[in-house]
Amino acid sequence: MFSSLFETSFSANDLMFMLKGAGVTLMLTFWAVLGGTLLGVVFGVIRAISPWWVNAPLGAVLDVFRSIPLLIQLVVANSFKTIVGIHWSPFTVGCVVLALYMSAYCTEIVRSGFLAVPTTTRRAARSLGLSWRQDLTEIVFPIALRVALPSWIGLTLGVMKDTAMVWWIGVVELLRSSQVIVTRIQEPLFVLSIAGLIYFLMSFPIARLGARLEKRWREND
Amino acid sequence: MSIEIQDVHKAFGSLEVVKGVTMTVEKGEVVSIIGGSGSGKSTLLMCINGLEPINSGRILVDGTDVHGRGTDLNKLRRKIGIVFQQWNAFPHLTVLENVMLAPRKVLGKSKAEAEAIAVEKLARVGLSEKIKVYPSKLSGGQQQRMAIARALAMSPDYMLFDEVTSALDPQLVGEVLDTMRLLSSEGMTMIVVTHEIAFAREVSNRVAFFHKGRIHEIGPPAQVIGNPREPETIDFLKSVL
Amino acid sequence: MNYTFHWLPAFRALPEMLWGALVTLEIAVLSMVLGVLFAVLLAVGASSQYRIFRAAAVSWVELARNTPALFQIYMAYFGLGSLGIHLDSFVALLAGITFNNAGYLAETFRGGLRAVPQTQVRAARSLGMGQIQAFRLVVMPQMFRIVFYPLTNQMVWAILMTSLGVIVGLNNDLTGVTQEYNVRSFRTFEYFALAAVIYYLLAKFVTVSARLMAWRLFRY
Repeated sequence: MFSSLFETSFSANDLMFMLKGAGVTLMLTFWAVLGGTLLGVVFGVIRAISPWWVNAPLGAVLDVFRSIPLLIQLVVANSFKTIVGIHWSPFTVGCVVLALYMSAYCTEIVRSGFLAVPTTTRRAARSLGLSWRQDLTEIVFPIALRVALPSWIGLTLGVMKDTAMVWWIGVVELLRSSQVIVTRIQEPLFVLSIAGLIYFLMSFPIARLGARLEKRWREND
Repeated sequence: MSIEIQDVHKAFGSLEVVKGVTMTVEKGEVVSIIGGSGSGKSTLLMCINGLEPINSGRILVDGTDVHGRGTDLNKLRRKIGIVFQQWNAFPHLTVLENVMLAPRKVLGKSKAEAEAIAVEKLARVGLSEKIKVYPSKLSGGQQQRMAIARALAMSPDYMLFDEVTSALDPQLVGEVLDTMRLLSSEGMTMIVVTHEIAFAREVSNRVAFFHKGRIHEIGPPAQVIGNPREPETIDFLKSVL
Repeated sequence: MNYTFHWLPAFRALPEMLWGALVTLEIAVLSMVLGVLFAVLLAVGASSQYRIFRAAAVSWVELARNTPALFQIYMAYFGLGSLGIHLDSFVALLAGITFNNAGYLAETFRGGLRAVPQTQVRAARSLGMGQIQAFRLVVMPQMFRIVFYPLTNQMVWAILMTSLGVIVGLNNDLTGVTQEYNVRSFRTFEYFALAAVIYYLLAKFVTVSARLMAWRLFRY
């Protein structure tokens, strides 16, 4: 059974094909994280400072994205696109859905980062003569960032892994490209292991970095 | 019946904190240990009931070698109660359950028996009204008294107190000291590590002054606190009084 | 937009979809129970004095956390086939999600264990409790409270992950049933929108009952 590892029909072309898939995975991740973070920061700050009648409905809507499987969200969005006649590629649909999905989680991260800055600290800053703006840039953002960044890194990696579901609506990313090769050369364990390795290499170093940041910041508290 | 400490040495890594301590506490005695922070007095208490291992020397409790190879520490600890500086209440249990836990699970008493014991001990420390609440609802002083009741519920022969008032707000210190006074008046054998010099002077049969891991002076309070001989003792007392 | 929505066929499919939801819940619950068991083993293994156990536990945790859940399910379904282990889609899905759950929960448990102060053990031991007694009576109940919220989160995750079964051919869970209807009628939007509502209600059901449970369990 291990003979397949040594006498494989897996070629350099196949590897290139998979790396191209990995490129698509990274592009999807990039757009999703960009859009999701921008929306998340806006929603998060709104949730942190707005009265309950803004906060509660916004929270409820975002909660929907966290309570429905991403796969279902993709299928619903993709069919809705056809219904209303928007001509987006599956890649674009994937980016948009993933960005909304990420924004729902990112909102909570930004909000808790914002709320982690004690009012007393802000009052102390203002009492020293810092302006409202300086208070935000010099005090609130640096503290909020420390709280939020490790979770944000974790979320980004989560979204990167979740891009694997996008092939269901027709995007050839890393997992789909390996599936294509599996169908042709019939060596699922070998090909999938390579796909897994690529995912791991894209995720693990960043996960480690996040863990280290978190630890260092906690020690300095 | 006594606690005998014989030339005990204790180090954390290369840092020796107890450097050859010898003393005996007889049944019925109250011995206070005073001294600056880091002088090794708390560590010595932990060694007496085997929560910390020792490097050399011997500690005998009623003739049993605490750090001996065949010693059943769990059994030995039943007769040595200890109360910590941080009271260490079990937050997931009510006050009553905190005190009942060990009698039930360690001594194997029935629920009714354990409850009777707990109610009695809690009454003695003045917490009868609080038995149904969780520790988080108590003040520090109340939690500390609960910790005393918890230790007493095992009917120990000896009680060790490790700076039990130093984490408390000043106005809460009195209620805890009152509880300890009550215990000593009932003849409980106690070793009290404390910063409360006046209290030590009042309740102790003997006072030991610890300095840099050694006993510098030991004797009746009137002597050690009232009329100290060693220059270190004099300096220390000046700094705290 | 010249599309007319046809909701009636979707509602006719509702009973069967609800049966599918039950299968979904079944897989999620099983994967959590198994996941918790493996997670405890992993947490113990990660602090073992034997290198081989440590290495195995760490690899499991890192693989589970650094590759997609869908990849893990694929491995169970297609990959293991190369080794002569052929799992049907139900078992493969269950295995994949369990693997994933265990990896995340192992870290949760380790964090929970660290969060109970060592002084609690000390206090318990000073009352004459043995190591195991102290853990069972004092550490574990406190740890349970700390991990309870992450545990419910993971349960919601497990429900969401079950939807991936359709990709390895599962056809009797909520997504599987929905897809069967979809293939027959191509009313994709209606069927999947209805499925989305059911998933939402399932997830809410879990979070609300967890909140009620926490309220009853943790009075302190």
